[in-house]
Amino acid sequence: MKYETVIGLEVHVELATKSKIFCSCSAEFGGEQNDHVCPACAGMPGMLPIVNKKVVDLGMTAGMMLNCDINRVTTFDKKSYYYPDLPNAYQTTQWFSPICVNGRVDIETSNGPKSIRIKQIHMEEDAGKLVHDDWSDTTLVDFNRTSVPLIEIVSQPDISSAEEAIAYLERLRDLLRFAKVSDCRWEQGSMRCDVNLSIRPEGSDVLGVRTEMKNMNSLSAITRAIKYEVARHTRALETGSEELVQETRRWDDNEGKSYAMRNKETAGDYRYFPDPNVMPVVIDDEWFDRIEKSLPELPEVKRAKYIDELGLSEYDADILADSRALCDVFDAAYAVCGNAKETANWIITECMQVLNKKKMTADMLAINGTSLGQLIKLVMEDKVSRPNAKRILASLFDKDIADVEEFAKQSGFIVSNDTSFIENIVKEVIAGDPKSVADFKGGKEKALMALFGKCMKQLKGNANPQVLREILIAEINKI
Amino acid sequence: MKMYIAQTEKSAKNIVVDDMILTTDMPTSAGSKMLDGYISLFQAEAATKLTDAGYKVYAKANTGEFNLDLMGETSYYGAVETDGVLTTAAAKAIKDGEAMAAVTLEVNGSSARGAALAGLTYVKPTYGTVSRFGTIPAVCSGETVCVTAADAATAKEVLWAVKGHDDKDGTSLPQEKCVFDEVKEIKKVAVAKSLMTGDVTKVEEMKAKLSAQGVEVVEISAEELLLAKSAWNILMSAEVCNNVSKYDGVKYGYRTPNYTDLDSLYTNSRTEAFGYLTKSVILFGSETLSEANYYKVYDKAQRIRRVISEAIAKVFGEFDAILAPVSSKSAYTASEAVANPYMAYEESLYIAPAMITGLPVVVTDGVQLIGPAFSESSLLALAEKI
Ligand SMILES: [Zn+2]
Repeated sequence: MKYETVIGLEVHVELATKSKIFCSCSAEFGGEQNDHVCPACAGMPGMLPIVNKKVVDLGMTAGMMLNCDINRVTTFDKKSYYYPDLPNAYQTTQWFSPICVNGRVDIETSNGPKSIRIKQIHMEEDAGKLVHDDWSDTTLVDFNRTSVPLIEIVSQPDISSAEEAIAYLERLRDLLRFAKVSDCRWEQGSMRCDVNLSIRPEGSDVLGVRTEMKNMNSLSAITRAIKYEVARHTRALETGSEELVQETRRWDDNEGKSYAMRNKETAGDYRYFPDPNVMPVVIDDEWFDRIEKSLPELPEVKRAKYIDELGLSEYDADILADSRALCDVFDAAYAVCGNAKETANWIITECMQVLNKKKMTADMLAINGTSLGQLIKLVMEDKVSRPNAKRILASLFDKDIADVEEFAKQSGFIVSNDTSFIENIVKEVIAGDPKSVADFKGGKEKALMALFGKCMKQLKGNANPQVLREILIAEINKI
Repeated sequence: MKMYIAQTEKSAKNIVVDDMILTTDMPTSAGSKMLDGYISLFQAEAATKLTDAGYKVYAKANTGEFNLDLMGETSYYGAVETDGVLTTAAAKAIKDGEAMAAVTLEVNGSSARGAALAGLTYVKPTYGTVSRFGTIPAVCSGETVCVTAADAATAKEVLWAVKGHDDKDGTSLPQEKCVFDEVKEIKKVAVAKSLMTGDVTKVEEMKAKLSAQGVEVVEISAEELLLAKSAWNILMSAEVCNNVSKYDGVKYGYRTPNYTDLDSLYTNSRTEAFGYLTKSVILFGSETLSEANYYKVYDKAQRIRRVISEAIAKVFGEFDAILAPVSSKSAYTASEAVANPYMAYEESLYIAPAMITGLPVVVTDGVQLIGPAFSESSLLALAEKI
């Protein structure tokens, strides 16, 4: 018999807010253990939750990016369970009225285009982390991640293969990163995924027995886990090798196997009820419109625009459109200097070089695009030489420079248009190096380069190379 | 009995707060072995406001465990009795002339009963007008910081010092709602027949006093108010169950020495540290919130809460206040309260209507007057007059 696979994904994404969801602790990744903790997120009595509005902003943004309906009145609920990494013994989440419902993500696989429906997106808080210390045989708890805001994106069971699951997850990641909802780093746990899977005879409309694999944290593990589970389910149905039961399983990526988890870890009546300390969040038109206006163009729209309207190469457009940060800097710089190709070069070559040196990724590019545009314009107008422009660029990474020309002037980086000044320098250099002059006259082209270099050095790079070259040859010829 | 004393210097400005209000210079234990000796890292907004206004938070009064009981009989530190009669530590401090007023967290009626049975004046303001920041959470949807004093003028003075909007409390009302200075003369008072059970002597006396003052007193049936008791007990239990879950022996508070794994750490810590009433509330609350019962029980109680609010609003269309008893008896002994763990649930009959709706209450001369939202000034003015 032929079987078809039915997969629904629950994706957790940590939101890119500065502070936690209900207190003002930093939500930044990393830090010493228990550095980002206050009485509220450590579960001490008496602190009351105050909703971080930025979390609602990002929840809405995610929903709009994924074509969801936004619930204008959204509430928070308590989910009770005991675990030492959950200091309040309840997680605040959205059970009864999630912020977004009924969305859609369009994917493309070898079978063509397909839409995956989104059931809902809800906001909630993350839990802490247990750290086992083998030396003292104790388990310690780190609350840095408790109350870091998350959204959980729940898909309908519309996914029918590992390939589709990966396409969906990659698309999700692109959209959320582009909208600055999250940095979506699998390796840091800011994106993780629960896989719900069942199989059924092809064409059947009855769902099979479903198993859930929790906390998957890489695309390759998800691919392997889905393939393994499909094979296990198929074998069970065909040979009766085991009885399939609805359960939560743990995927061991090293072993390449899934294991049933103890029933106790998964069985639960979470006793959801509305949190009386958090008033319903009411999203008025003004708030809704502000978020809608802030949405970015989709990456593929940007890419097409860069190629079709601005004449960039596919290669350049691909690199830029892969990162919202690059696009933002590009758009702002292009608006000032009006030269797309130059702007792309400056970002893809020069900016990336600086980022690489700083061991930063493209998403971390945070320079002022308008300033970069001014700089490119100065280069195009021959007001600043390229080597000096690179020096100015390095400064743009360190500080916000509103008037780049003024900065260039103050730093002595403006190309001199004073030909008599250049002539004087050239004369000095020639007088000091009669050997090179003689060599050049004797036919050694390289000698001219040496003289040219000396002049440029004296001029601190602030000369138009073409002009300098002409003056240099003219002066030599005078001798 | 145990009462924490921060400073012994006698002062006319001494205020006692109860064991549910967090302070950084005295332990706050919620009357529970679970939090025995717990010292908070921060203090309640009410305590800060008192200090800012020049009062001295000089002592911490004993309460029943999480303030759920009749009048402190379930406290880990023992009940307080005066001449063989159960009283609250806060009421005793005022009666003894130690404190000019008590600022306590009204969770389940013990502060109101403590005041009524000691002949003190009590005011529970409209929900959301005094910050709950820094109070040990028990029944967040209803609990309110309240004030007890020897007379209405003092109660008013202290309430005015602690009320006001607080950004740290998401349920705190905007500042303009927390003003309520206007005094409207109370001309017509309703007596809810449905609550006239048990010893109603004090209510009868009040009816006579009010009539003598020219206030019209009318008996109404108000059957809906009877529903408040069950609905409140359900909501109260559910919220307490959830709120005390955080006391698990892991982070702070009591940890059992008898454990071999995580489950026995949780179970034995909680079994050994919680008293019988808290345990019964946890079990009841856990049941009401279970998947099988949520809509049948918890959600229904929330809908009844709305029905009661609407019914009371209708009464206030015609009347300025509702007069009712505070308890079924005029005195209890500690031993009878301890012997009957269900008394706290039963006595909710009288306090539930105002707790579940968040309406203001003034207790005076052993009875309670429930008023519309923000009618504190009017209720207190009446209490001062009679
Ligand atoms: Zn915090």
